[in-house]
Amino acid sequence: MELVLSTGIGVLTASGVYLLLRPRTYQVIIGLSLLSFAVNLFIFGMGRLRVNAPPLLEPGGVGDLVRYTDPVPQALVLTAIVIGFAMTALFLVVLLASRGFTGTDHVDGREQRGD
Amino acid sequence: MLSVFILAPFAGSLIAIFFPSDQRGATAWFAGAIALVCFLVTAGLYPIVASGNVLRYQLEWIPELGLNFTLRMDGFAWLFCALITAIGVLVVLYARYYMAEEDPVPRFFALFLAFMGSMLGVVLSGNLILLAVFWELTSIVSFLLIGYWHHNAHARDGARIALTMTGMGGLTMLVGLVIIGRIVGSYDLDAVLASGDAIRNHPLYVTVLVLILLGALTKSAQFPFHFWLPHAMAAPTPVSAYLHSATMVKAGVFLLARLWPVMAGTEAWFWLVGLAGLTTLLLGAYFAIFQQDLKGLLAYSTISHLGLITVLLSLGSPLAAVAAVFHIVNHATFKASLFMAAGIIDHETGTRDMRRLSGLFQFMPITATLAMVASAAMAGVPLLNGFLSKEMFFAEAIETHLVNPLDTATPYVATIASMFAVTYSLRFIHSVFYGPTPTDLPRKPHEPPRWMRAPIDFLVLACLVVGIIPAQTIGPFLHTAVISILGDATPDYSLAVWHGLNIPLIMSFVALSGGVGLYFLMRSYLATGIEGPPVFRLLEGQRIFERVLVTLSWKWARSLEQQLGTRRLQPQMRLLVFLALVAGASPLLIRGFTLPPLVIRGIDPAFALLWAVGIACAVGSAVMAKFHRLASLVLLGGAGLVTCITFVWLSAPDLAVTQLLVEIVTTVLILLGLRWLPKRIAGPETAEDIPLRTRARRLRDFLLAIIAGGGLMLISYTVMTRPLPETVADYFLARAYQEGGGTNVVNVILVDFRGFDTLGEIAVLCIVALTVFALLLRFRPQADSLETPEQQRVQNAFDDDHPDRTAGDSVAEYLFVPSVIMRWMFPVTGMLAAFLFLRGHDLPGGGFAAGIAMSIGFILQYMSGGTRWVEERLRIHPLRWMSIGLLIAVATGAGSWLFGYPFLTSRAEYATLPIIGKVPLASASLFDLGVFSLVLGATVLMLIALAHQSVRAPRAHARATRPEKEAAE
Repeated sequence: MELVLSTGIGVLTASGVYLLLRPRTYQVIIGLSLLSFAVNLFIFGMGRLRVNAPPLLEPGGVGDLVRYTDPVPQALVLTAIVIGFAMTALFLVVLLASRGFTGTDHVDGREQRGD
Repeated sequence: MLSVFILAPFAGSLIAIFFPSDQRGATAWFAGAIALVCFLVTAGLYPIVASGNVLRYQLEWIPELGLNFTLRMDGFAWLFCALITAIGVLVVLYARYYMAEEDPVPRFFALFLAFMGSMLGVVLSGNLILLAVFWELTSIVSFLLIGYWHHNAHARDGARIALTMTGMGGLTMLVGLVIIGRIVGSYDLDAVLASGDAIRNHPLYVTVLVLILLGALTKSAQFPFHFWLPHAMAAPTPVSAYLHSATMVKAGVFLLARLWPVMAGTEAWFWLVGLAGLTTLLLGAYFAIFQQDLKGLLAYSTISHLGLITVLLSLGSPLAAVAAVFHIVNHATFKASLFMAAGIIDHETGTRDMRRLSGLFQFMPITATLAMVASAAMAGVPLLNGFLSKEMFFAEAIETHLVNPLDTATPYVATIASMFAVTYSLRFIHSVFYGPTPTDLPRKPHEPPRWMRAPIDFLVLACLVVGIIPAQTIGPFLHTAVISILGDATPDYSLAVWHGLNIPLIMSFVALSGGVGLYFLMRSYLATGIEGPPVFRLLEGQRIFERVLVTLSWKWARSLEQQLGTRRLQPQMRLLVFLALVAGASPLLIRGFTLPPLVIRGIDPAFALLWAVGIACAVGSAVMAKFHRLASLVLLGGAGLVTCITFVWLSAPDLAVTQLLVEIVTTVLILLGLRWLPKRIAGPETAEDIPLRTRARRLRDFLLAIIAGGGLMLISYTVMTRPLPETVADYFLARAYQEGGGTNVVNVILVDFRGFDTLGEIAVLCIVALTVFALLLRFRPQADSLETPEQQRVQNAFDDDHPDRTAGDSVAEYLFVPSVIMRWMFPVTGMLAAFLFLRGHDLPGGGFAAGIAMSIGFILQYMSGGTRWVEERLRIHPLRWMSIGLLIAVATGAGSWLFGYPFLTSRAEYATLPIIGKVPLASASLFDLGVFSLVLGATVLMLIALAHQSVRAPRAHARATRPEKEAAE
């Protein structure tokens, strides 16, 4: 499981980073999204991979790490998903505004030679 | 009791600013009353301090860091307090008459009181960091007061120079104080004063000394930082009298005296402090002779006298320290009175230029007499207070403290500087009050109002009384101050006018007669009216300062930016990725890293297949992003779904729910945006057509990406295959139900344990939504995106061709079945959202997921019916929902204050609702309701704002093109 997930994280990161370095705004926004999947999964993986152990307690019960998975990375990732969503939305609108103002979808707001 | 000294002036300052600007008298009375109260409190505390007690007042500030709001009053601080408050009272009285009708007086007195509070804070601070805070406050208030007449360019420049110099000095001093704190292990002044040996013997002693001296010397305008003080004379005269002669510039020597017991006496101290002091003493006095501006003369004289005090402190002998403290008091009295006299002359004649002033004695005999007595004190004439401390200085100067050339030179420099002092004092008196009747004065001079002169009367009287019977007047106060600095090392000294015929007296005599002689020798040169001393006037401090500033902040900064910076995003991103790689790899390389064994067994084939799809989606999305945006978006959604299923698989249902919903909204958002991007169609080019440079760059980026991906893969595999160390997880798991009242630990963490984080997070979401909204309000699409999309054009053309159809029918019919379904989905989505919300505390769900789900319900309506159809039927006020949500969240948090708990403490109960059954009803649920409302509002606001562009833009397009058409017809 760990091997599969870490390979997945690696490919998501590589795709994201490659797109991040591209000149078109749309490429960058897709890259950021892929990268945020990778980072979310990475943080989530820090709590180790467990099957069938969601952190949902028995009513009145006291939980421990033997029966339940680590809830802290999950809480962090939940926050990260929200902030990632906000970031994507903001970036999308900046992208559109930049395209509207400058007429190009190049990240610098003007075409560079040789891209 | 000590807190009065800080509270009263600052509170007074806040009140004074609200006085109407025509109430000059009332504001002055108010400020004066506060200064007087402070003075009376100081006076009242004298018996306690005199008996050797140290008054303390402490408030905890950040005790973990050793930072406390500690006020501490010993004899020395008391003496300074008395000086600050007493002269404060006098200056208020003086300023009442000095300030003109049109000046904004409330601002003046507000700043004045703020300064008094800061200065009292400096002298009373019992904590080094607190001292630095008040120290910087005095710099800032001084800046504002120098720039009080901000319509005047000189005032602005002077204020800026003063702030830059003293501010930079304050910063270095702070660093020095922090190091002292580290050496001693405490910032408490008492602890610092008790560990002199530790500081002096520490390897960082010289560093600390230099840093602190930079602060003290800039503040006290010592050479080579002296030049800000003459420029500060652009301030109103009461400010010059108070800040720039009596109090603030004394802060530097105050600090030197305060730290004298722990830092003085070493060779480094002697050289650094002594050299700065002697140079300043001599140059200040020399420059003062050649000033044409009355206040300029006094400013350089102040610099010189501060140099004298610095020299005394540099000597490292207790007797010299006594003389330094004595001279601080004496200088404050005679110099403040002289500044006030100069202000009166300026006020009553309209000029301060000595070339235009003369023969004023006949117009203002009383002021003239007072000024003469005060300048005699400044020159060190016997029977006045200046004489006494100067004699003590001479006596110390001839003593040998350390055998080195500086010590040998001291008595000679002292005598020459005193000679200069006599010369400039004489020049001040002679050129202003004697000589022919002035001809070209802007105003006809006369005596000032009775009460404007009163402060001078008082100060000059003090000069005389102290000068004649020192032991009976200043004696006990001085003694209290000195003991608090020197402790057991306090020497025997006698304050008396007559010590017999000794070397200091001869030196005084030489200085007096030499100074008078020098004045008459130089009269012809001075009469030429050239501003500034010969030779040295070419070396203007201000010009050097400006040049340094321009070079640093403009030339160098710009060339650095040109050489190292780029405005292009790609190189920046590349650098960022590279730095991230270095930052990620370096700890592994430094601390060592062992690869865990590769475990192939136990892989669920379904999971592997899932990720095969995920990987394909990710790579496909990356490849397609340039020319096939929609395909890329779909593939991105695929990768998101794989992520979502991974969360389900690996025991994170909450994440899966949220990820799924966010994925939907993100996709819709980007879909809405796609329309406004330029068309990009892959050309027929083959690999050979792409220039080599571009291919090289792509290869480099590809390698960077592979390294980043490979690195993260390696790290995540390594970490995930190791057992989980001790974490805080147990804490949350154990207490989620007991204290948070919910079984869904993740949700309890978010809305309860870490509720404050969530509050911050929804605030961020709120800000982003508003920003998106605002950006889209000004959105102007490019012309090529304005035309109706091809599909719509075809459909509309079809409608036009068939007479039985009306325009828009095809568009409506095209999505007829889906739109009916979507319309009917609205209540279902609402139900789903409510369900997600209610179960949130115990089972996967929660306010955030519910908010997003509800917003999907809204956006579905927009998709099915179109913007206008929806807005005719539904009232949508996303801004209102957002604000209500934020208010609920904050109010819930603040509600716990009512019960005496900290912000966002939650309270858990279960309530039984009919039909639904038992529902968790923690106060956290109310907080979650706020989250729900805000998330709903924010998401809907963003989606709608973007969707509206399709309605707005064609309208704007039509407006823009109509006149052209009409013109064409």
